[in-house]
Amino acid sequence: MLNAAIIVFRETLEAALIIGMVAAATRQIPRRAYWITLGVMMGLAGAIGVASIAGEIGQWANGMGHELFNAAVLAIAVAMLAWHNIWMAGHGRKMADDARALGKSATSGDRAITAVTIAIALTVLREGSETVLFFFGIFAGGSAGATPLVEGSLLGLLAGITAGILIYRGLVRIPVRHFFRVTAWLLLFVAAGMAAQLAQLLIQADLLPPLVQPLWDSTGIVAPDSALGTLLHALIGYEAQPSATQVIFAVAVLLFVQLASHRARHHGARAN
Amino acid sequence: MKPTVKPLDDLAVGAEPARLRRVAKGIPRVCKSLPLILGLLVSASIYADEPSIQVKIRNHQFIPAEIELPAGEKRLLVIENQDPTVEEFESHSLHREKIIPPNEKASVYVGPLKPGRYEFQGEFNSATAKGALVAK
Repeated sequence: MLNAAIIVFRETLEAALIIGMVAAATRQIPRRAYWITLGVMMGLAGAIGVASIAGEIGQWANGMGHELFNAAVLAIAVAMLAWHNIWMAGHGRKMADDARALGKSATSGDRAITAVTIAIALTVLREGSETVLFFFGIFAGGSAGATPLVEGSLLGLLAGITAGILIYRGLVRIPVRHFFRVTAWLLLFVAAGMAAQLAQLLIQADLLPPLVQPLWDSTGIVAPDSALGTLLHALIGYEAQPSATQVIFAVAVLLFVQLASHRARHHGARAN
Repeated sequence: MKPTVKPLDDLAVGAEPARLRRVAKGIPRVCKSLPLILGLLVSASIYADEPSIQVKIRNHQFIPAEIELPAGEKRLLVIENQDPTVEEFESHSLHREKIIPPNEKASVYVGPLKPGRYEFQGEFNSATAKGALVAK
């Protein structure tokens, strides 16, 4: 039972933390609860769909289907988070300062949160499909012994959701002055971490070379399978032994979003 | 004095400079063409026929549990999951993680490796599903 709880917790932690961070980051956008719930629901439906054809996906592209499918899912999620961050850099302050603008720019707010909805749906889909497969397996094993596994799984799911709520509660306590900067940086690190995972999938599919493997080894400081390592991986995509290619992908996303956000902020201020 | 009234659109995305708008519009466009780009990458990459190594998962155990392979060479590890439950092949030292649905096969490239022992496990049954690649 405990084993199942830990497995499901590990699988759901990343998605739950991302949803918690996104929920906090979009708190000034009207109707965000609707959009976030929509994202989770679409993601869950997608996860069940993907899990039920996991065998077929695995056979695509000479057996590299899972890698390519997940890489495409990650690429879109990274693009959506990046777009949201850049948009917020241009509009976030204005929306927070001016409640009147908030109501009037609801349409563009909707557009920005649509990107977030897609990012959430894809994260839930990617992380959730493995959990759904694990669930299928419990029932395939026969009803005897299934009950503790189901209980454990639900416990793990509950723990994951709790982690998401905790990070949300923690983030919304940050004073408004620093709030948008902190959440923007967090989401940026999430996007960069996803880009590094994307690079790893392409390396695993033998489409990219790792260049230098590993670029550094911080296993001695924070082991990847330790509690802290798991948390940092889920939060900011921490890797103890990243390849140079992974680091290049992550840094490219960091630089691109920072540069574009800087421009958006600059022009946004002038437009005011 | 009457405050100047801005048209509503000015408060929305329309107020952004054209350049930023182009960047923002470009992102979904890149996304749309991603499957195509990935598809091209796959078809373009030459799948050299690396010798494959067959591994089975039965009763949450890897058979064989220890696999030798020559150092400095690439191999395709073909893992057949004969259990009715899902498994995830995972190795931190090999930098590999791959889901294997019940009664399915999954392929993973490994190497070229430096001489040494590289442990792997089945994440969903890590108590019993343990194995290692030994590069010589």
